[in-house]
Amino acid sequence: MTARIGVVTFPGSLDDRDAQRAVRLAGAEPVALWHDDADLQGVDAVVLPGGFSYGDYLRCGAIARFAPAMGSVVEQAGRGLPVLGICNGFQVLCESHLLPGALTRNSHLHFVNRDQRLRIESTDSAWTSGYDAGQEIVIPVKNGEGNYVASTAELDRLEGEGLVVARYLGSNPNGSARDIAAIRNERGNVVGIMPHPEHAVEELIGTAGTDGLVFFTSVLKALVAA
Amino acid sequence: MTDTVELAAKDPDLEQPYAELGLKDDEYAAIREVLGRRPTQTELAMYSIMWSEHCSYKSSKVHLRQFGTKAPASDRLLVGMGENAGVVDVGEGLAVTFKVESHNHPSYVEPYQGAATGIGGIVRDILTMGARPVLVMDPLRFGDADHPDTKRVLPGIVAGIGGYGNCLGLPNIGGEVVFDPSYQGNPLVNALCLGVMPVERIQLSAARGVGNVVVLLGAKTGRDGIGGVSVLASATFDEDGPARRPSVQVGDPFMEKLLIEACLEMYDARLVEGIQDLGGAGLTCALTETSAAGRSGMRAYLERVPLREASMEPHEILASESQERMLAIVTPANLPEVLAIARKWGVLATAIGEVTDGDRLVVTWHDEVVVDVPPGSLADDGPVYERPLSRPADLDALQSAVLPDYPTDGLGDLLLRMVASPNLCSRRWVVEQYDRIVLGDTVLAWPEDAGVVRLSESGLGIALSTDGNGRYTRLDPYAGAQLALAEAYRNVAATGAVPIAVTNCLNFGSPEDPEVMWQFAEATRGLADGCQVMGTPVTGGNVSFYNSTADVAINPTPVIGVLGLLDDVARRTPMGFQAEGESILLLGETRDELGGSEWAWAEHRHLGGRPPVVDLEREKLLGEVLVSGSRDGMLSSAHDLSDGGLAQALVESALSKGIGARVVLPAGLDPFVQLFSESAGRCLVTVPRSEELRFTEMCDARGLPCTRIGVTDGEALDVQDVLSLPLDRIRAAHEGTLPALFGPLAGDA
Repeated sequence: MTARIGVVTFPGSLDDRDAQRAVRLAGAEPVALWHDDADLQGVDAVVLPGGFSYGDYLRCGAIARFAPAMGSVVEQAGRGLPVLGICNGFQVLCESHLLPGALTRNSHLHFVNRDQRLRIESTDSAWTSGYDAGQEIVIPVKNGEGNYVASTAELDRLEGEGLVVARYLGSNPNGSARDIAAIRNERGNVVGIMPHPEHAVEELIGTAGTDGLVFFTSVLKALVAA
Repeated sequence: MTDTVELAAKDPDLEQPYAELGLKDDEYAAIREVLGRRPTQTELAMYSIMWSEHCSYKSSKVHLRQFGTKAPASDRLLVGMGENAGVVDVGEGLAVTFKVESHNHPSYVEPYQGAATGIGGIVRDILTMGARPVLVMDPLRFGDADHPDTKRVLPGIVAGIGGYGNCLGLPNIGGEVVFDPSYQGNPLVNALCLGVMPVERIQLSAARGVGNVVVLLGAKTGRDGIGGVSVLASATFDEDGPARRPSVQVGDPFMEKLLIEACLEMYDARLVEGIQDLGGAGLTCALTETSAAGRSGMRAYLERVPLREASMEPHEILASESQERMLAIVTPANLPEVLAIARKWGVLATAIGEVTDGDRLVVTWHDEVVVDVPPGSLADDGPVYERPLSRPADLDALQSAVLPDYPTDGLGDLLLRMVASPNLCSRRWVVEQYDRIVLGDTVLAWPEDAGVVRLSESGLGIALSTDGNGRYTRLDPYAGAQLALAEAYRNVAATGAVPIAVTNCLNFGSPEDPEVMWQFAEATRGLADGCQVMGTPVTGGNVSFYNSTADVAINPTPVIGVLGLLDDVARRTPMGFQAEGESILLLGETRDELGGSEWAWAEHRHLGGRPPVVDLEREKLLGEVLVSGSRDGMLSSAHDLSDGGLAQALVESALSKGIGARVVLPAGLDPFVQLFSESAGRCLVTVPRSEELRFTEMCDARGLPCTRIGVTDGEALDVQDVLSLPLDRIRAAHEGTLPALFGPLAGDA
């Protein structure tokens, strides 16, 4: 049976169709979910895509957190549902307290879009198990508010418990604390990442290659194993 | 007290401030004749807007007709000029619509919002045609790169384009950044958008069907942007330029995103009879154009329009240029469903009127008639001028100016200076602020010759490039327009796409200046003739006049966009060298052509002589060879030669993947000319050794000059006996300029 992976569309979501395509290319069935509907249609995993939910005029992700769909995502994530938040989705996960810390305005105050080198620091997550520990990958980063911040104690905890999933290599594109690009929860089913794996899934598209596809194939393996 | 039609009849001789609104004496007299009485205050405001240069094209109309009369035959054109944007059939049941527009004056007054709403406006034009917008591009021109005001204007404009386009989720796949002092007080912010739709979803603007409901969708109407077109876009800047800030609109890209999704859902459900965006001239334009196009009457109840400020008066509501609004004509039966879709997306939707019998547009304000006009008199029957033309008095002197002496040595240092010069340096600082990959279909984007985007899973795709050279056009407007067309055509063909259609944004000074009007007449004639030869019809575009500060006009700048088609985007040819050991071929002929060149400008601030010769038949032949080379898989890379000549093309192709080249210049012309001449009709290609013979034989057979000039190799650019430079050094020079002027790149602080 093909795994069904839901992609939540909020008003202002932009990378939702791209995430659906990545799910399809990984071999799963994408399911479009609507922010205003608490019914997750029994999907096996959920992607919160990039974009500017509700315009991000307040604080990125601050309103999306209260969407009916997010109520269900938070509840089912607590029971182990794999959830990947990309860019705006990462911001939503932090606002929902599924992940600690927050994402603030890039330190240089500009939006930045470039192919970014990352090192995979943790393969103990539903979304990164297909990588080798320490593997270097290139996927695009594109954000205006991707500067990850948390208290020193929280950062030390993330490092100590191995919850940092990926780190920026070379130049840090947004000023993130300790070059953090992605983190996970303790259980490893919830991952938030600022760069965009769904934009590095086809050789033909963009210039980053296909390193991002493993996020989506990893979760399929995790689902089969479970 | 509100001025009504009744009052206008009672008090026919009331003095009216038409001159302050930009109307001439004879135009005011014509309005009185149309109405058979004096206009009401509201009507006067509407005529002043609709008869402004920006809306009526009154100075350009007689010249633009050539784009129709000289149009080459094309069975792809589904909707031609006259609608909001032209529509082109691209096969597989899909149609593409694209257009470029200017937002120059607002962007100088308030760079961020001016540029942002420029994107918003062109996107709504595309949405109006029934298409889903899928990409944007931005041809930009600024004053000198190191001028203090450029530091205010450029970062704001770039941030505004990024802020709006990124938030809409539209990839920005290319454009231009050009610096020249003629744009110092009048930067050019042109914005292009392209959209895709199933052929059967094409929408038109005509309001038809008596009893159909007029629905206003989107943002509330406020006092922003009042007088935008008549005040800002249709008059020359004077010294109080920045004090015009209240005339600049403020954008809300999130609302626009919702409006796009809501409209597309309505189109797909076939709920819309006619639709028009609200841009320049706001509700005035939308009400008059939809009713005029449908040859219908219309009744609008202004008090139903949702307002941001309750105290707004009728003429303000009609003139407001508040962004993110559309006007839809729907049947009463479909109205509930239209309102439901709007509600789903959180978009305000209000029935503000209906289509009526007859041919009058009647607007009431709390039961008082404030407007009662024939809509065609506003939309179609505005004044048309045959402005006087006069060849610029300084043109002979300019054309006969002697170029500075050519250098004979130090060409390596010259190359480093040239690739670092403001017009040739890397645009990374700008384009990194744009999302180039959202939607997941971007095959090629900056710094490639043209942007390439996939339209369908079959691999069908389009290529787009915009080009323009104000210096060439200043020296020879007819040739300059054709050179811009030729360059955009060449850029598109270099990717392997077949050029099929043209859009344009014609940026000029004041039409009331006969010398500017002569430049305009020559450039439009050049473009129309050029499109006829190339077989690419003009599908639409925009004229931007009054680009002058005090009495000084900008260099005449026709920006030409060429659309090309690829059957399979996997066959696209990239710009950069792909592998070592491949042959580098130069297609076309190099002549001693440095008039108006980047070298003359960057090294000597010299503008004079003649621009390169245009040979459109040669451009077509070159295009055919590039397309065949791509289809047959012979080409590894192709890069158009233009500003900066062969040297610039070699550098850009080498830096793309960090693959160097060993070059031997052919005997004949001196090395400086070979490296920096800007002769048109040329392209740099690389071919694998295994394909070289097949490719050169094809060029020979077709009569296209093809010269082997070297091989890709190593990590340096080596031109035998002339220069040898490590790529790292070239890259540092090329990429350092804009960060040094405008601040470090992200992460490099």
